[in-house]
Amino acid sequence: MAKTLATRMAFGHELIEIAKTNENFVVCNADTKTCGLEKFGQYFPEREFSFGIAEQNLVGASAGLAACGNKVFLATFAVFASMRACEQVRTFVCYPNLNVTIIGTHAGLQVGGDGATHAAIEDVAIMRSFPNMTVVQPADAVAAKALAHAAVDFKGPLYVRLHRNPVADLYDPETYKFEWGKANTVVDNGTDMTMIVSGILLKKAVDAAAILKEQGINVRVLDMATIKPLDKEAVLKAAKETGAIMTIEDHTIFGGLGSAVSEVVVQNCPVPMEIVGIQDRFGESGDPELIYKDHGMDVDSIVAKAKALVAKK
Amino acid sequence: MVNHFYFTDKDVKRLENQAIQIRQDIISMIHAAKAGHPGGSLSAVEMVTALYFHVMNIDPQNPKWPDRDRFILSKGHSCPVMYACLARRGYFDPEHLKTLRQYHSILQGHPDMNKTPGVDMTAGSLGNGLSVGVGMALSAKLHHQDYMTYVMLGDGEIQEGMVWEAAMAANHHDLKNLVAIVDCNGVQINGWVNEIMTVEPLADKWRSFGWSVVECNGHNMKDVLTALHTAKTMRHPTAILMRTVKGKGVSFMEDESKWHGSAPSDEEMVKAISEIQEGGVV
Repeated sequence: MAKTLATRMAFGHELIEIAKTNENFVVCNADTKTCGLEKFGQYFPEREFSFGIAEQNLVGASAGLAACGNKVFLATFAVFASMRACEQVRTFVCYPNLNVTIIGTHAGLQVGGDGATHAAIEDVAIMRSFPNMTVVQPADAVAAKALAHAAVDFKGPLYVRLHRNPVADLYDPETYKFEWGKANTVVDNGTDMTMIVSGILLKKAVDAAAILKEQGINVRVLDMATIKPLDKEAVLKAAKETGAIMTIEDHTIFGGLGSAVSEVVVQNCPVPMEIVGIQDRFGESGDPELIYKDHGMDVDSIVAKAKALVAKK
Repeated sequence: MVNHFYFTDKDVKRLENQAIQIRQDIISMIHAAKAGHPGGSLSAVEMVTALYFHVMNIDPQNPKWPDRDRFILSKGHSCPVMYACLARRGYFDPEHLKTLRQYHSILQGHPDMNKTPGVDMTAGSLGNGLSVGVGMALSAKLHHQDYMTYVMLGDGEIQEGMVWEAAMAANHHDLKNLVAIVDCNGVQINGWVNEIMTVEPLADKWRSFGWSVVECNGHNMKDVLTALHTAKTMRHPTAILMRTVKGKGVSFMEDESKWHGSAPSDEEMVKAISEIQEGGVV
């Protein structure tokens, strides 16, 4: 059984590890349990700033620190980063193009019990719409750790989308390499269709591809960790070579990965598409797996939708 | 380092004369742009002039000098006053003032730190500047730098809740290197501040958030300089509450909310410029 760890904890803990040998960044915290970074101040008291339950000020002050040449990581829940402090991210981080990494945790329906108020289902749509912003989402703890290293060296506004609950590792830490703006081919069974996935649902896509293979449908699965800028080349290659694309994400079907891929496909190489994600309604409390099923995001639903998609070719 | 704490009568005279130039620039550039915000620019002239021409430790030849004092114009719509000061201080050719708000101008309708030399922070959406100032003041402490961060806010602007998040944080983080300057001209876009949303008792509000408060007459240069000097010596973040007149220096603009955001006609410009020159100290 593969190791399990939440992407948020993997990212946060790795950042603390990196900070031991890299002095070139600071952390700004709100009063939330996000990704383990709330302990950053215990190890590096001078490099951590607490702003309490005040996310707009959190982002504004981070912008001020960045405007003085500091690399800033700020952490809060994705709902608050993308909506409570939306304008501060847009106008004071993205517009002046400052070196702030926004860590948004508790993304998507996987947040489970906390329910709709705390489940960020529209954050990618919001963040993706800002000029200068880069949006990235790791699929497991291995990718999250690698991303922490990449983020430290990144220049400019960056949104890192992380999930609350542990997921099984898909990647091998020995071989995984994170590359900005590049899709990673995880499964390459053939050319019947392509699944493009961002985030923790990658595991479901891989499982669905295995079932589909047994049924004679050969699927390519791409991990699109960087949602913006999108790897257009990989998307078009998939459209041309496999003729059908399904996107899968723990986010509303409006404005996220599905929209990003559609924008490329429809303008360059139209092929049948299926966008798997959260339907046009809010989340609710409950077991995430049951909620995923309800939105057609479980493995069985993905298999059924994939068959229907291939039939459209 | 130059000691800017003190000023002489000669300094006061020089700054008063500079203020006359700045007022004329404000009127001319808004007239040329056919749009802009004269009211809140004119109310802030003495303060912004005092900062750029006497108080702040800055180097126009090196606008990004890491140890410079910072100025954030949180009431960013009043940028004509800052642009005029930056130009006259030597950050860029005053010819640029004629291009305010035009396509590809270095002078945007609200301040842009990447387009205008000397602008320390992008601003304009009200209520945000003090938070950014908190970040800049924290950075000074982190890197053991002794620069000051000045943030100018409007009295209408402080109706924004985020200002008070920042006020709380400045006290919590003990930012005595941060000064908030509130331009209390009493007027916002649709009328008197106290009719739209009362902000008084202002001094009590800031004190209750742990700030020192200094009050001054924002159109008396000596008073302005004294307030800035006092603010530097305080043991807490300091709020300078400066009492001003919106549209100060142009009779038909004074205390008139309609001049919050309108440009003078050709005739009004001539009248305004002549009033500024006549009312001047020279």
